[in-house]
Amino acid sequence: MTTDRVAGLALVLIGVYTLWESRVLPLGSLRAPGPAFLPMVLALVLVGLGALVAAGGRSAPRLRTLHWAEAGHAVAILGACAFAALALERLGYRLTMALVLLFLLRVVERKPAALALGFAVAGAALSFHLFHTLLRVPLPRGPLGL
Amino acid sequence: MVDTLQGLAAGFAVALSPGVLVYAVLGCVVGTLVGVLPGVGPLAGISLLLPATFGLDATRAIVMLAGIYYGAMYGGSTTSILMRIPGEAASVMTCIDGYAMARKGRAGPALAIAAVGSYVAGTASVVGLMLLAPPLASFALRFGPPELFGLLTLGLVVLAYMSSGPMLKALAMAALGLLLGLVGIDQMSGYFRFAYGMVELGDGIGVVPVAVGLFGLGEILATAGRATPPEVIRPRLADLLPSRREWREAALPIGRGTALGFLIGIIPGSAHIISSFVSYALERRIARRPEEFGQGAVAGVAGPESANNAATSGAFVPMLALGVPSGPVPAVLIAAMMVHGVSPGPLLIQEQPALFWGFIASMYVGNLVLLVLNLPMVGLFVNLLRIPYPLLYPAIVLFCILGVYAVNGSVIEVWIMLGMGGLGYLLRKLDFETAPIVLGLILAPMIEVTLRQSLSLSGGRYAIFVERPIAATMLAAAAALLLLGLAPLVARGRDWRARLPLAGKGDGAP
Repeated sequence: MTTDRVAGLALVLIGVYTLWESRVLPLGSLRAPGPAFLPMVLALVLVGLGALVAAGGRSAPRLRTLHWAEAGHAVAILGACAFAALALERLGYRLTMALVLLFLLRVVERKPAALALGFAVAGAALSFHLFHTLLRVPLPRGPLGL
Repeated sequence: MVDTLQGLAAGFAVALSPGVLVYAVLGCVVGTLVGVLPGVGPLAGISLLLPATFGLDATRAIVMLAGIYYGAMYGGSTTSILMRIPGEAASVMTCIDGYAMARKGRAGPALAIAAVGSYVAGTASVVGLMLLAPPLASFALRFGPPELFGLLTLGLVVLAYMSSGPMLKALAMAALGLLLGLVGIDQMSGYFRFAYGMVELGDGIGVVPVAVGLFGLGEILATAGRATPPEVIRPRLADLLPSRREWREAALPIGRGTALGFLIGIIPGSAHIISSFVSYALERRIARRPEEFGQGAVAGVAGPESANNAATSGAFVPMLALGVPSGPVPAVLIAAMMVHGVSPGPLLIQEQPALFWGFIASMYVGNLVLLVLNLPMVGLFVNLLRIPYPLLYPAIVLFCILGVYAVNGSVIEVWIMLGMGGLGYLLRKLDFETAPIVLGLILAPMIEVTLRQSLSLSGGRYAIFVERPIAATMLAAAAALLLLGLAPLVARGRDWRARLPLAGKGDGAP
């Protein structure tokens, strides 16, 4: 399976899914399009383009030839961001960000504990001070006022 | 003309007032840092720093964000020349001959030519912007929904045509972006579309989380794990001056790059990236000794660097005069203006003259600031790249989350950024360009509303798009480009993009 074939098929699936989801909205007519009209047209275009990308993708590189050396890091970073999204309004900005930085530096990058902890605490505190205190951007505080 | 000069004089009064000047300088410095750092291009940089402008008035905020934009254009060339790392995508072409010059011991002259070329191009194209935007805005007052529909459609097709990859893939990404842009409340009927019960999605998917996700987080996901920064060539301040021969070789390419970049910048599309590619190809084609390209040709640095800076100002023409983004960066700037209660468009010059002319004047000032600051401080900026990437990227991740959350104070936006980061990473792996997604996202609501308004006006007759000359011309141009772009698919010929010399494609490549 080549990269273009995989991508083309994914685009076709997204298009089909959009068509399915649009069925609950009024389509209107060609003369007076409803809220489902443009999504359906675009979904059909996406299906067509996806099919063309897949059809013309024979000469693209094979999926298994791609290098995924950084994938472990990528998953860890995405995990850290997901944690931030879950924790931000529960634990507060400073605690959440300190934990995110600590995880990335200590667990993912295996930096010395003291450096990771210092960087995490300083990064969270300084960015909070800069944006919340000086620039007056509202950032959430946790149950401990952190 | 008298009105223009009076407006400009008033603009300088605004731009040179200490309260605005300090933000112009700050924007330029931060922009240069953004340009120097691989992984944080101008788009992600502006998106991330948007919340930092919330406490400012509209003029200061826009002046600062614009400073970040053209500062990033300057900064991107530094790492291209000294490290062969394009700080942002438009600097890819500078890597080729800029780095070759540096390897020959001509790093200083390469930096100086890039800086002077950028200054000349930036300043000259601001003159163009100043002269062109007001009449274009007056002309645009005649635009109705069919004309706007034609313009927006043309913009999307041009972006797809000018993208560095195959047009089919770029069109698919534009369609995906358009679909994302239709999430939320339908402006004509009030129906909630694809929101899955999330009230936060009522206003649609925001530009900032998508831009930061695709361009900021996506880049980090692709590059994290990099061990140590590559070797940096450090020029001495005394070696910065180019020789007389180098100045002669740079003069014409700077002029051509300026004119070409400005013209490309006006056309909707990812202007600053394309302009440097086209300029490089042009310089190589007309060179007496094309074999020198890739080996340290001065024109290979002067042309693309001038072109991408001229395109930056050119891109402001449709943004300020028509309220239409010509690419992802102006799209984010429009979003920023709206946050500050300013609606860019034909009425901006009449309704907010201080902001419009202050912005224009601040661009003159900004270009001068960049020239004065950047050359002496090049060593300082380059030192940033000595920070190990494993320490740098967690800080960028922090700013991604902070910047995205702060726009609306909503964690939904962080989730969107997360999804877009993953998507950007995969698309990069599969060799798809992501800029059309952002432009599609911005244009979708406008395209839909103008289409449906046009049909309401005409009683459902599509002939309205043919009967109105401006709309017909733009749609015909879009159709012609579409056919031109897809022709290689039928003829099985090679796309013009494939012929561009992309030997130096690197980290920030589009």
